[in-house]
Amino acid sequence: MSDQTTSGPVLAADGTPLKRSLSRALRRQKMRALLLIAPLLLFVLITFIAPIADMLFRSVENQIVQETLPKTVEALADWDPNSGQAPDEPVFAALAADLKIAVQEKTHTRLGSRLNYELTGASSLFRKSGRAVNRMDLETDAPFKEKFADIDKNWVEPDIWRTIQTYSPRYTSGYFLNAIDMQKGPDGAEARPENQQIYIMLFKRTLFMSLVITGSCILLGYPVAWILANLPMRTANLLMILVLLPFWTSLLVRTSAWKVMLQQQGVINDVLVWLGLVADDARLVMINNQFGTIVAMTHILLPFMILPMYSVMQTIPPSYLRAAKSLGATNWTAFWRVYFPQSVPGIGAGSILVFILSIGYYITPEIVGGTTGTFISNRIAYHISSSLNWGLGAALGAILLAVVLLLYYAYDKIVGIDNVKLGG
Amino acid sequence: MADTQTSDAFVEFERVQKSYDGENLVVKDLNLIMPKGEFLTMLGPSGSGKTTCLMMLAGFETATHGDIRLDGVSINNIPPHKRGIGMVFQNYALFPHMTVAENLSFPLEVRKLGKAERETKVKRALDMVQMGAFGGRRPAQLSGGQQQRIALARALVFEAELVLMDEPLGALDKQLREHMQFEIKRIADDLGITVVYVTHDQTEALTMSDRVAVFDDGRIQQLAPPDKLYEEPENSFVAQFIGENNTLEGVVKEIKGDTALVRLDDGELIDCKPVNVSEPGERTRVSIRPERVEYNKDRLREGVHTLKAEVLEFIYMGDIFRTRLRVAGNEDFIIKTRNAPDQDRLQPGTQIEIGWLPEDCRALDA
Repeated sequence: MSDQTTSGPVLAADGTPLKRSLSRALRRQKMRALLLIAPLLLFVLITFIAPIADMLFRSVENQIVQETLPKTVEALADWDPNSGQAPDEPVFAALAADLKIAVQEKTHTRLGSRLNYELTGASSLFRKSGRAVNRMDLETDAPFKEKFADIDKNWVEPDIWRTIQTYSPRYTSGYFLNAIDMQKGPDGAEARPENQQIYIMLFKRTLFMSLVITGSCILLGYPVAWILANLPMRTANLLMILVLLPFWTSLLVRTSAWKVMLQQQGVINDVLVWLGLVADDARLVMINNQFGTIVAMTHILLPFMILPMYSVMQTIPPSYLRAAKSLGATNWTAFWRVYFPQSVPGIGAGSILVFILSIGYYITPEIVGGTTGTFISNRIAYHISSSLNWGLGAALGAILLAVVLLLYYAYDKIVGIDNVKLGG
Repeated sequence: MADTQTSDAFVEFERVQKSYDGENLVVKDLNLIMPKGEFLTMLGPSGSGKTTCLMMLAGFETATHGDIRLDGVSINNIPPHKRGIGMVFQNYALFPHMTVAENLSFPLEVRKLGKAERETKVKRALDMVQMGAFGGRRPAQLSGGQQQRIALARALVFEAELVLMDEPLGALDKQLREHMQFEIKRIADDLGITVVYVTHDQTEALTMSDRVAVFDDGRIQQLAPPDKLYEEPENSFVAQFIGENNTLEGVVKEIKGDTALVRLDDGELIDCKPVNVSEPGERTRVSIRPERVEYNKDRLREGVHTLKAEVLEFIYMGDIFRTRLRVAGNEDFIIKTRNAPDQDRLQPGTQIEIGWLPEDCRALDA
């Protein structure tokens, strides 16, 4: 008690200020906690955060032009892209010098592929020119402009130069513009020709289909969760196994099963034909389109909707419904005004799970989606593994990530994220 | 049982039976008639069928057999929401996503009352339970006692004539519980409503009720006003269940008018009032309330039989002394004496002689 009457900081028993000895005591605990999570933290950093950061960086990174053609980029700086003419001799001389080195280092084909994303034909142009430049003598073969004109007429057209100039900075918004169906023109960003527009449509389709899948999961899952929550524990656990059963089967197997079910010579069509509901020559097209994707993905994602709904509904005491009825509410009013609002957090949690999972879904749309049922993720996969345009793939991925975060934020503002319960 | 005329019966159970599994009866042959305005408590141990009876009355359970009538009309086939019975639940069941005022307004909304009328009624109900300032709060922001008041107000706001309460005070601490007992009783009397109250707390039942129905084994063991129930239990179960009770076992030796002579198992003789024994030779359990036992010889009536007793334990409880004795082989014989200035504090080991008025000692079923 005597400490409190003296002024100054409160002292611990050994005379050190209490605050300091407290923080010393806590520091050990904090260090120990940190050490305990360190392996996981490192693992996540190395295998998750770092690759994602690297991929996101690729969506703006554009050093190849400047690194391969340093002199050309410098000489091209003064050229007016709107002149309608190819640049003058000094630029060609610089190009020849740059390409000479590039050919020795075999980097000119990579530059060609990079520029080919922006201007079709650039790849072959560079490959062809590389061979020619290799035979040139930088000292004696001037003027180079004519030489290059001989190699390929495109060198004296402004298009290739415009492209090189546009993509000469180390960082570019080109991939992102590309990802939203735009391109860098001489006067800044402009829309791509209509026949090349694809990504906005894909994004819209992905969002729309994810919403439809989430909606059908809610419609199908809510009654199931309700029944599970209102059954005796034993029966509910047994039925829960049935809900979880799909998790024990490979995703590929389940998707392929849908293929068997839905295809034109498949089980459902056969049954319908046998019943005479559908003519044999008018079998329903239920796969390789949006319908197939929605059916298969709703089935696959349904458990993610049922589980959070179930755990929330379990916590709603049946006495609420009884109370509502004793107060004069019909079964429907009691459900709608009393039970349903309390189950909304479960719907919210399930919807977020299902929506975010489906917006980035890849395997199922790949197998059953055909051309009209593919998602943006299929396009990203295409760019990562087939066209090798990683920058565009990364830009598409970054936009997808941003959209998800934006929706999450909007959800938080409208519904409130603390309204989401996964259980308890 | 009270001989109430069917004409003024408000709530009526007639030969009601209930079984959940088709093998065991949870409620066996229940007959009960309640007049309007009565406060009736169903008291009994858990599993005695009292809550089932309440749920059948509310409409959440259907009677397997028999008829339940409300104001003369059979309600067996009327769904709960059309019965117009107010109900207070064990855990209040206040809707957590609505404010207090919205909770109260709910029964009025489903009855399609106008906004102005709803507001007046909600305000009146809140004022009645002294919660007028809490209309905008959520149930989670209220204490247990406050939630209890709101639950009560909600059951009353739509002017139900019959209100059911299912252990409404079970979750409150002792002091608050006692306070709420008086409050509920006062409100029920003020409004003149009929109340069926379920509890397993006998003090609650005794202090609040006009009549108490003691349930055991799916039957009403006794239906009587509190004082009659306590002082004149009709069978051993009621005697044991209500209040503290001393039991001695023996055989009826003879019955003379309203006095029976009972030979206890250790051979001693005592005088009792025969309640449900009729013939000599019957086994009986004799019940005496601890506060009716007298050990001061001066206060005992001349000529009554007395029993030898040894003091085993003396417990000081403030207002009373509780003394445990060994009487006729029973080591749990309790006597209670008032903490008066001239009262003896019996020391363990003391040999005393105890006795009582024959009418306080009731010979019941074995």
